[in-house]
Amino acid sequence: MNSFSLLSEAINNRIVMKIHLKIWRQKNQNTKGQLETYTLDDVDAEMSFLEMLDMLNLKLAKQGERPVEFDHDCREGICGQCGVMINGIAHGPLKNTTTCQLHMRSFKDGDTIFVEPFKAKAFPVIRDLKVNRSALDEIIAAGGYISVSTGQAPEANSILVSHEEAESAFDSAACIGCGACVATCKNASAALFTSSKISQLAKLPQGKKESNKRTVDMVNRMEDLGFGHCTNTEACQVECPQDISVLNIAQMNYEYNKAKLVK
Amino acid sequence: MALTGLFLCFFLIIHLLGNFQLLLPPEEAQLQYNLYSDFLSNNLVVKIISYVLYASILVHTLDAIYLSIKAKKAKGSSYVKDKRNRASKWYSRQMMLLGTIVFAFLVIHFKDFWFPYKFGDLSSDINGNKDLYTLVIVSFQKLWYVILYAVAILALGFHLLHGFFSAIRSIGLYNPTYNRIVKSVGVVFAVAITLGYFVIPLYIYLNA
Ligand code: HEM
Ligand code: SF4
Ligand code: FES
Repeated sequence: MNSFSLLSEAINNRIVMKIHLKIWRQKNQNTKGQLETYTLDDVDAEMSFLEMLDMLNLKLAKQGERPVEFDHDCREGICGQCGVMINGIAHGPLKNTTTCQLHMRSFKDGDTIFVEPFKAKAFPVIRDLKVNRSALDEIIAAGGYISVSTGQAPEANSILVSHEEAESAFDSAACIGCGACVATCKNASAALFTSSKISQLAKLPQGKKESNKRTVDMVNRMEDLGFGHCTNTEACQVECPQDISVLNIAQMNYEYNKAKLVK
Repeated sequence: MALTGLFLCFFLIIHLLGNFQLLLPPEEAQLQYNLYSDFLSNNLVVKIISYVLYASILVHTLDAIYLSIKAKKAKGSSYVKDKRNRASKWYSRQMMLLGTIVFAFLVIHFKDFWFPYKFGDLSSDINGNKDLYTLVIVSFQKLWYVILYAVAILALGFHLLHGFFSAIRSIGLYNPTYNRIVKSVGVVFAVAITLGYFVIPLYIYLNA
């Protein structure tokens, strides 16, 4: 089979769907929003969810209507910008995937899809599906870094980090800051996000030194910003695109309790 | 929350072991249970523990109310379509409801047994100890009372099913292997407490 026949076969086998959308429209933070209904007749099953929204926006623009605003950047699952609630689930029905990595083949012809912004007091809506997630940046700014000078790259064997510890720190570091954990949590807690940074740094020799201060500062900042309290329902990990472990939260609690005890 | 919760868990075990004496043959049970109750109310160490217990219930409940208010404040407006429930167990989301049922039960429990024992005038058994045993046995002759207990104990069981491992996490155990063990222990503990506390009223009712 040559590449031309492959292509024509792909075109002939194209699955086209009719999709009804109920999308949250909200002018700005101070206005009330509501769901609006739109219908797209020729959605290709191989489109990504965001491409489907692009298609809707093209249509709206042609009709002279205001396009639906939504956040996105890399469209390859690494930047964490694209989070929205799809049919009541953060990033949609697939587990451990971002919205941009969700494809229309996960839906059926004739489906109605609800699209809403992430909702939490600490995440005010900017417009439509776009929310302000700066609160997460503020938590990082409160201590999610190492301030000691580490100098030149040290001799690799002078400070040993076990393979398990290195892998585990790397797993914690995989958080992309999308905010799905907050949107999913019944308490709107940012514990998974905050703990992933705290335990990533606490696991490594460079980060251990400042762990007490960092943990207390970041946890206090998280509370001040109006996030809720973690009660270990574990919903966050289920919907986290990076499958960040809830055990990071336990480690954050450990670091926090330890810091409070030594003080 | 975790410390008070775990203290209450510890108390549940001791309280259950003590109450198993109700399952002895009637004459023996009466004397022994009343003697045991008398010992508890006159022992200084037990007295101190009982004050810690009252304080724990109070602090745990106030903390629960505080956390619920905080969660309400942190939440944005609700979602029109909300399927977030798929990601967690119902009882982990309903700790406040389950706790409230337990609390309501505790009020009844204190009123029916603790208050009469401490301040009421109970008759004495042949050893001269207050006859709490008869009060308990008579109470559980009523079916509705047994059902009330069953409901409260079931609520407690689900509260523990989430509460036990949650408390250990809140304290900060983060080793994956130990966490798997804690989760299993939590399930065994919750089931054992539920069955244990349910067997007593059921046994008394059926032997009436
Ligand atoms: C015998 C009685 C009780 C026991 C043994 C018990 C035990 C526990 C434990 C071990 C936790 C977990 C703590 C943590 O995660 O840090 C917990 C949490 C909780 N309890 Fe209780 N509890 C009891 C009564 C109550 C009562 C009377 C209320 C409320 C009126 C209540 C409300 C809550 C709430 C809302 C939580 C959720 C917090 C969380 O999951 O972290 N509990 N309980
Ligand atoms: S922990 Fe997961 S869900 Fe939360 S912000 Fe990071 S990547 Fe997103
Ligand atoms: S757009 Fe970057 S993760 Fe989805």
